[in-house]
Amino acid sequence: MTSHTTPLEYQSEQTQMNILGFWVFLGAEIVLFSTLFASYFVLEHNTAGGPAGQDIFILKDVLIETFILLTSSFTSGLAIHSMRNHDKKGLLIWMIVTLLLGAGFLYMEINEFIHYVHEGATIQTSGFTAAFFTLLGTHGAHVTFGIIWISLLLVQLVRRGITVKTSSKLFIASLYWHFLDVVWIFIFTFVYLKGMVM
Amino acid sequence: MSAKNHGFPWNLLVGFILSIALTLLAVFVAFYTDFSSHVILWVIGVMALFQAIIQLFMFMHVTEGKEGIINVVNMVNSIILALIIVFGSIWVLTSGHASLH
Repeated sequence: MTSHTTPLEYQSEQTQMNILGFWVFLGAEIVLFSTLFASYFVLEHNTAGGPAGQDIFILKDVLIETFILLTSSFTSGLAIHSMRNHDKKGLLIWMIVTLLLGAGFLYMEINEFIHYVHEGATIQTSGFTAAFFTLLGTHGAHVTFGIIWISLLLVQLVRRGITVKTSSKLFIASLYWHFLDVVWIFIFTFVYLKGMVM
Repeated sequence: MSAKNHGFPWNLLVGFILSIALTLLAVFVAFYTDFSSHVILWVIGVMALFQAIIQLFMFMHVTEGKEGIINVVNMVNSIILALIIVFGSIWVLTSGHASLH
């Protein structure tokens, strides 16, 4: 690879190391979420007289959340594509679309939680709800953090433009965002679909 | 590498359409087929894994950069750890627990 075919974010040794380090962090995140999934799978049938998943899950809402997050992962991919074409405006617009979709997802998830509490499923109701809210809450907290993080990076982008540093930071944030989508795919499949079908 | 980046992002679009299709297919298999719940779980589980692989390769470009191979090894290692944690916990706390009685 000659230097002008290498994407900007890989052009200094420091940013290469940052990206590698972030992949290592994502490996640790996989393990973190696997422990939460393991707790959920062990506890999901312990409803202690409270509602089970199939009593409270609403397929339509969960599907909308899934499509919002899938689309936001796609738009953050488009943002990085624009970044690599040195298109600052495209990068900014697609990242803002990503953030808006992320905020829409959070809005739906918070409404979903409020709905569950009204149905009598709080985090203290049973082993099932405790594991459920911990897993979903950890994912939701990651999304919240991602929105704040990317918003701040966009301020930096507007001020400094696309440089080796800002591009590597935005690339890393996009990896984080795609990762949250991967986690959601597993939540959708093994919490919601499994809960509604089994 | 950047030559293909300048054009239309086909790999992103294909990945996105595949993700949507796999999600809808998982819903279809879960609610509108007569397979046993065991079979359904395996089918939708494999589709979730396939979607994760799409994200890793088409969106996150896991093999990119000088450390591409290291990234893949790191991801495979983490996935193995995750599987051991999940299946190990279920095994110990269901069949292991049952044999105490």
